[in-house]
Amino acid sequence: MQTWVDAVLVLVLLLNFMALSAGRLRTLIRAVTVQGVLLGLLLALARGKWELTVLVMAGATVILKGMVIPRMLFHAVREVVIHRETEPVFGLMASMLLGASGTVMALLFSGTLPVVHGNIGSLVAPAALSTVLAGFLILMTRREAIAQVVGYLILENGVFVFGLLLMEAIPFLIELGVLLDLFVAIFVMGIIIHKISREYSSVSTRMLSELKE
Amino acid sequence: MVWLLILIPLGFGLAAALVSSNRWRPWLVTAGGLAHLVWTGWSLFGGLKPALAGWLALDPPGRIVLGLVSVLFAVCSLYAPGYLAERRERSNRVFCACLLGMLSMMTLVILSQHLGLLWVAVEATTLAAAPLLYFNHTPRSLEATWKYLLIGSVGIALALLGTFFMAYAGLGAGEEPTLLFGDLAVLAPRLSTPWLHAAFVLLLVGYGTKMGLAPMHTWKPDAYGEAPGIAGALLSGGVTSCAFLAILRLYRICRNTSEAAFASHALILMGLLSMAVAAVFVIRQRDFKRMLAYSSVEHMGVLALGTGLGGLALAGALLHVITNGITKGVMFLAAGNIHRSYGSKWTEDVQGAIRRLPWSGSLFLAGFLMVTGSPPGGPFRSLFGILQGALQGGHTAIAISFLVLLAVVFIGMGTTVLRVVQGAPALSPDPAGSREKACLVVPILLLAGLSLWLGIYLPAPVEQWLQGAADFLEVVPS
Repeated sequence: MQTWVDAVLVLVLLLNFMALSAGRLRTLIRAVTVQGVLLGLLLALARGKWELTVLVMAGATVILKGMVIPRMLFHAVREVVIHRETEPVFGLMASMLLGASGTVMALLFSGTLPVVHGNIGSLVAPAALSTVLAGFLILMTRREAIAQVVGYLILENGVFVFGLLLMEAIPFLIELGVLLDLFVAIFVMGIIIHKISREYSSVSTRMLSELKE
Repeated sequence: MVWLLILIPLGFGLAAALVSSNRWRPWLVTAGGLAHLVWTGWSLFGGLKPALAGWLALDPPGRIVLGLVSVLFAVCSLYAPGYLAERRERSNRVFCACLLGMLSMMTLVILSQHLGLLWVAVEATTLAAAPLLYFNHTPRSLEATWKYLLIGSVGIALALLGTFFMAYAGLGAGEEPTLLFGDLAVLAPRLSTPWLHAAFVLLLVGYGTKMGLAPMHTWKPDAYGEAPGIAGALLSGGVTSCAFLAILRLYRICRNTSEAAFASHALILMGLLSMAVAAVFVIRQRDFKRMLAYSSVEHMGVLALGTGLGGLALAGALLHVITNGITKGVMFLAAGNIHRSYGSKWTEDVQGAIRRLPWSGSLFLAGFLMVTGSPPGGPFRSLFGILQGALQGGHTAIAISFLVLLAVVFIGMGTTVLRVVQGAPALSPDPAGSREKACLVVPILLLAGLSLWLGIYLPAPVEQWLQGAADFLEVVPS
């Protein structure tokens, strides 16, 4: 099981790079969709045994992160967005490079953290941290509101990955991560319901800068 | 009954969501606020039994924040019907329900002795506050709400990661994995140090964002600038104090480990940075509501600084939670009245408030004097305590920078506030707008009187609670 967990984690990391290099909103949303499905798979793999509760949690994760949220995001793109690009602040190549250095830093930093408990794999902590960093990077450097929401979703996925380390000892903590999805839902609903594009002519948060210091 | 403290406001909130009369609904807020106050008084003086296997309990620092939040909300709830009567054109269903929901969730933060439960409650306060910010439905308030949610959600996500780190740090330490603050403080020396270190940083950044410490304060000027005065008062006095409580509990865990020095230094640094940022931005601030936001950043910095210094300064910081919260209520509510009467929050348009609105104008001025630490206001006593603590601990350089920054903010705020209250009011197109209603002034007078009272005379029970909380945080449990 261990090798499978590591293999899936590598896929999760690769998807971070796909998201970082995405120029189009749809590509970005697809990357985060696949990542959501992989997280459900990870949950099932990391436990090692096929228990009902774990399967239910994994299934819920796949449905929520792999189906419901992506569907909402695609809907928002169709309904509201005029520009279908992610509108990065600087070039995509630069954000790839920043993402890569973030991953290296995450690897180095998690090298200094000891393994306290369990044996799910040494890749969990670095994968979690670099996913958090990648999400943060997208959130900070994309002007498009939906791209920012996807960045937040990736950040959240990183937190979720770290939860794998706690799954045996404090299982309910992982479930708390689901509450973060509430924010995503509210953001997307905010974009759709308040028709931010109508008020600002684009959901780009560059337009949302009337309040500047 | 611990549960009742959370369920009373929640029940009134549900009722407010169901009542269909826009006119009578705000009185449910008043009823909920006063019922909460009565039950809080009962709990503070009578004591509360823990519930839910120790997950819900009232610890000594919790007493202080609970007292503040309940009093502040009760006074704001007296202000709410008068305020919402002026805003008849808009449905207040969501506003009233969210006010009460926020009170319920703030109480849950205060009572949560479990790191995970606390996190859920802090997230809930964030969500409940968003509709309050968006009450005016203007493009600017939408933008402020968006920023608040986006920055807040990142803070919340980092706090969850910090919670996970803390849980992982403790996996090898005890027999059973635990996230109860009391257990963690006792187990602290056996927690895995590198993980605890990382957890502290993440939790400080996460809850520091909710508190509005620099450099994570960027949501504050927009949110407080656009929020109705009553929401600003509750955010700056209540929600931020609850986030500070989370940091205090974290600090207590670190006290007992090799991380103690790092934790103190991080808090001192962030405290001074917040004060400095506030000092820079408060100068020549033309928007008097944004000015209040920077004042809030400053005072959150004061709280972090006092906690980092420890000893007398910590006791001062605990008192400052109360005095700052109450005085901020005075300022935000008075600023709201002035804003509404002039229809502007820019100093170009707003002048001579003391003539046009004698009560609100004077209270705004008095609130400014008190919040910047002029005697005999409440904040003077707490700021003085922090200064004393810094000097007694031998931190002369910190004490001097503290005084200089306080002075700069005093001058910066003073320029804006004096411009608002002095001078001749511009010709008023609507003289009726300048008549002040008692229901919009008396609550502010209550808060101002309370702040003054705490500055002149500290009641014995409050002193006991403060001492108890300081001892609880300082004395290393074993």
